[in-house]
Parts: sequence; structure tokens; C-alpha cells
Amino acid sequence: MKTDIILCGVGGQGILSIATVIGEAATAAGLQLKQAEVHGMSQRGGDVQSDLRLSTEEIHSDLIPRGHADLIISMEPMEALRYIPFLSPDGAIVTSSKPFVNIPNYPAEDAVIAELEALPHVLKYDIESLAREAGNPKGANMVLLGMAARFLGIFKPEQLRAAIASIFAAKGDAIVEANCKCFDLGYELQQ
Amino acid sequence: MKKLLLGDEAIALGAIYAGLSGVYAYPGTPSTEITEFIQKDPLARERGIRSRWCTNEKTAMEAALGMSYAGKRALVCMKHVGMNVCADAFVNSAITGVNGGLVVLAADDPSMHSSQNEQDSRFYGKFAMIPIFEPSTQQEAFKMMGEAFDLSEKMGVPVLFRVVTRLAHSRAAVEIGELKDQNNFNPSSGKGWVLLPGIARRQYVALIGKQAAMAAAAEESKHNRLEEIPDQVGDDKKDGRAPLGVIACGIAYNYVCEAGAQNVLKVSQYPLPEKKIKELAARSQSILVVEDGQPVVEQDVKAILGAGYKVEGRLTGKLPRTGELNPDNVAAALGKATGKGFPQAANLAARPPQLCPGCGHRDVYNALNKVAAEYPGARVYGDIGCYTLGALPPFQTLSSCVDMGASITMAKGAADAGLFPAIAIIGDSTFTHSGMTGLLDAVNDHSNITVIISDNLTTAMTGGQDSAGTCKFEAICLGLGVEPEHLHVVNPIAPNMEAITQLIRKEIDYNGVSVIIPRRECMQTLRRHSKK
Repeated sequence: MKTDIILCGVGGQGILSIATVIGEAATAAGLQLKQAEVHGMSQRGGDVQSDLRLSTEEIHSDLIPRGHADLIISMEPMEALRYIPFLSPDGAIVTSSKPFVNIPNYPAEDAVIAELEALPHVLKYDIESLAREAGNPKGANMVLLGMAARFLGIFKPEQLRAAIASIFAAKGDAIVEANCKCFDLGYELQQ
Repeated sequence: MKKLLLGDEAIALGAIYAGLSGVYAYPGTPSTEITEFIQKDPLARERGIRSRWCTNEKTAMEAALGMSYAGKRALVCMKHVGMNVCADAFVNSAITGVNGGLVVLAADDPSMHSSQNEQDSRFYGKFAMIPIFEPSTQQEAFKMMGEAFDLSEKMGVPVLFRVVTRLAHSRAAVEIGELKDQNNFNPSSGKGWVLLPGIARRQYVALIGKQAAMAAAAEESKHNRLEEIPDQVGDDKKDGRAPLGVIACGIAYNYVCEAGAQNVLKVSQYPLPEKKIKELAARSQSILVVEDGQPVVEQDVKAILGAGYKVEGRLTGKLPRTGELNPDNVAAALGKATGKGFPQAANLAARPPQLCPGCGHRDVYNALNKVAAEYPGARVYGDIGCYTLGALPPFQTLSSCVDMGASITMAKGAADAGLFPAIAIIGDSTFTHSGMTGLLDAVNDHSNITVIISDNLTTAMTGGQDSAGTCKFEAICLGLGVEPEHLHVVNPIAPNMEAITQLIRKEIDYNGVSVIIPRRECMQTLRRHSKK
């Protein structure tokens, strides 16, 4: 069994934290893992992306081949669209619905959303508002991970929750709880 | 014990476990995390491993050679273009030879994710005539580091350790091996270190004499593995030969495996194992060379097999001539089916990196643009760092970005040719890396240039490493001969910008070398410091 995930967003949005939690869950579950990250120049407000591959078997390539990703997890709707050539025909997209506009030529928001909605298996939500309402504005990425959990058949939700607890343990119980709450809110969202 | 490690971290831990005594490096993507890991690692601290950042790759290489002279194991780390900076010391370290093990790590950046070229460091290894290791996986990177140190001491030469971005910045589980003791202090008393012509000639002959042993080591290396030919490959055999043999180097091996290719020779140690290549050629009708970077091996394999044998790769167009390998272009070259994703989205715009909100470089560029607009002939020569982004909208200030330090010297040369005003902008870390010597040239020539040292108190682009010249810039500039009345330190914040703009005008109009140092902490390190 294998799961190929593309994590994406804009530099500084916290996609690597999602990768860290999934990585922790994968290690605890004894899965093989390869995760190609973006460091350096692109992190300065540019598009960032990470290929995360999980499998019960040996993984060869650090990069996901075209058309093989089971899931795109995106902190930004246009960034989700950027990687659809890598999405498998029955793959899913889980994304924030709120554009992050830091370029002058950002396409029309309606057109971005419409193009996303035309794809099969898309779950999008205004995760930042939800995280803010939950009193944890920094937890938007954990809301997104919660939304992704239903597509991550390789894990049970409890395994991801346990990984959040272990990753944030050093920051204290309150932070762990706030992030688990965001995860749960995301998990409960219906398509 | 297994650990989830970046390729860079596996390299660092591999070196620590191999008995490292010092790492010498200048930050550069994708190599930076190696030294950062050693700086933070408790075992490295307990062992007293020297790990502070160096001023540039040349000082790093020379200091590492000095540590090797004293009998200890030393590691030098850099991005590929750093090899150009340290090339003098690097090439000559093969002639002097080493005492303690010396490994030179070069992290290449095919596709230029964060670089200005995609030069292949394996050429440097061949040029210096030393062994090269090129791991395929994070696990191999860990293990090979120890072997590289052993081989360096056995052969008495430095060993080049070449990785690419996708290995350096990819994470996987690594089984941690046995911890070795550090070498004892044991300075060399040999005369071979003094490269006077008479001695250098003997040393060079000695280096050539070691080539056969290096070749034999690569031939016997388990990292150069000719895989058993499976029966099913025989389906379309002609005169007993499989249609295709594949030579897969370093990370390329992963993509070749992903595509399910057979009849493969994995190459991870150089010089090339000629016998194994000939063996593969004998059982194949043609050979495809799959290597990330430039066609180093493809050229050599053509030479080994002769003009009559069909060798394909990047030179023949079977694989793209530029850019990094990926599972798709490798599968296509192997004639395997590639996956079908969705077509590219229609509502998509490029999102290039940009300077952070609040960054002091922004204020500097706004002021420079304002002044430059008043002079039709104005040119601003840029350099390497975050502020290179000043070439992009909304600023579009820069006319050049070539290599570390080139802003000052290009401005000088252009001014020599009559260009006015010639302005250079360089970051603090880049200035101490390679800008100081150029400034001395400009002072000695009384060149008509204005130099902006945009000082954010850190090496920002690579993640905020210490900058070698912090608190020393005024003294350095004065020491190089910049006149005190034409050296200014300013704080680039909104209320000061009018005065700073006026100052730039004034210094442009001065016929000689002026240096303005706008100094304000990087927003990224400021945020980190205020959290503490």
C-alpha cells in the first residue's frame, strides 16, 4: 500500500509542519517514507511544495511521478491547481479556499474556484477563519490536515492526532489541545 | 537505531560517526543544513567538533587541509559554485595529499532551484584526479561518509562527496551505524606539503601513481553494482544481448528503479569502473547513461566503449540536456509508460520569491530607484543574496548578478570604461566572502563608484547564519582605504529615507569610492530573536 501526497502553499504558510506531523505518524506506524522539501530561495513568499511518499514497500524516487499523487494538500487554492498534472485521475484535493494574493497578476478568484470545483474529489474550506474562530489562528494547517485525514486511508485519525500530540509536546498541553481541536474541526467538515 | 533525516543531516551524522574533528563551510543551498546539524548536535558538541561558519569556501578548504595536516578528520561543505571559489586550494590538496581524512562535500543544484548555474562538481573530482562518492539514498549518504574518510586516509588524497538538491533536501529513515573514535593529534612531518616546483613535480607524479589504486577501489566497490540480468530481459535478446543496458549514477538510480528498468549498473563511486561498464556493454546492444547534472559519465563511457558502440543520454537528446532528472523524464528515456495527470490548470500565475514585508533591502531599493531615475546612464550592479530579488518587480533595480562579490568589481570595471553613475549593491556576508578584495582594487584605482553594503546582520538567504563581518564593516572599509568622509552608516527606516536618498545623490556626485552601509536586522532573524 502506498500514498503519494503533494503538500503546497506559499512560503511561510506552514506546509512543512503538516509534513512533519504526517512524517511522525508514518514513523510511528512503521511505514517507509520519503519527503522532498523546498529550502532556500523559494521560501521567500514564493510557491513552495513538498513531495511526501508513504508506503509499506520500499520507495525509490524522492519525487512523485506525474499522475501518481493520491492527494494534494494545499494552503492556497491557486497553488492546489499548480500541481494537478501530478494528481492521479482518482486523486483528491484538500485545500484552503482563501486566495493568498501577493502577486499583481493573480487570476480571478471565481475562475480559480470554478476550475477547482470542476475537478473530482475536491474538499475546500476557509480554514483560516475556522482556525481563528476556534481561537487558534496559527492552527489553520492543522484544520487542513484534519480535512485531509479522510483521504489518508493509510492512517487512522487517531494516529494523526497522536502525531500532533508528539510533535507539539514540547510546547505544552495547551498548544497540543488547540492543535488537536483544529484537527478535529477539519476532520468533521463534510464535503 | 533509525532516524528520519534529510540527506544533508545524514551526511552530517555520518561524518560525526566517522570521527570528524572539524567541519568548515560557507552557507549555500542546498548544503547549508549539514553544518547547521553539526553545530546543534549534542554528540558533536561533546566531541568538540569545530563547526563555526567560515568567511568563504576557500578559507574553509584551506583550514580543513590544515586540520588534515595535523592528523585529524575534516569535512568541507559547500554548494557547487563554492567549488569555483576554493578550486585553487582544492586542486592543490590532491597534490599535497592528506594526513587525516579529508572529505570535500559539493551539493550540486541541477535545475538551478537556488543557483546561477548547474555546473557538475564531478568534473572537479576528475580534474583533481581524486575519488568521488555519489550516494543514491540518505542511508547510503550516512554510510559512505565513513567510507570516504577511510578511503581518503588509505589513498592519501582528499575525497569528493557529490550530492544533488533532491538528495540533500529529501528526508528518509536512516539506520545509524557504529561510532568511531576521533583521530589522534599527529601532525605531518612530510615535505610534500611545500609545493615548490621541484617538490610539486614529484608530488604530481605520486598522485598519478595512485590512480591505479583508486580505479581498483572503484572497480571492487560494492557501490558500483552490476545487477544480475533477469531472465525476462531475454525476451527480445539479439545474439544473446539485451536491447538496453542502463548506467545509473547517484540519485538517478532511484528514478531508474522507480521505472522498473532492468540490466542496470549502479554507479556511486568514481573513477568509473571500466571493467563493469565493458561487461554491461558486452551483454547489451546499447547503453543509456542516466546521470543528474552534466553528461560527465556519458562522455567517458563513449570514450571507454569507442565510436562503434551506441551510447545514449543527455548528449544525444534521449534525456533533457538541461535541468534535473525526475521519474517522468527517466521513464520516458527508458521507453516506459509515464503517468497521465490532469492537464495544466488554466488559472495559474507564477509566484516568484520576494523580499519579506518590512525588509530593509526594500527601503534601500526604493531610495536607489529614486536616485537612479535622475541619471539616464545609471546602472546598479547586484550580487548574491536575498537582495538579488531586487532584480524582479516591483524594483527591477539590478543590471547584473554574476558571482559572490562581482557587484563591486563589475561597477569598477564599468566605471573604468566611463559608465556613470556605477553603483554596486552587496550584502554584508557576501562582502566579507568576496567583496573586500574588489573594494581594495577600487580604492587603489580611485574608481568612481558608489558601493552600498546592505547590512542585515546575517546571511539571510540561506536561513540566517552568522555573518563573518558583523560589527566590523566600518573598520574593514577604513582599513582598505575608503576615506572616512565617504563612509556612512545609516538606518533604513521610513523617517530616515529622505536623508538617505539625499546622501546617495551626494556620494554619486563624489568622484571616487564611496561606501554607504544601510544597517537594519533581517526580519526573519528579528522575529526569531524576539521570540526568545
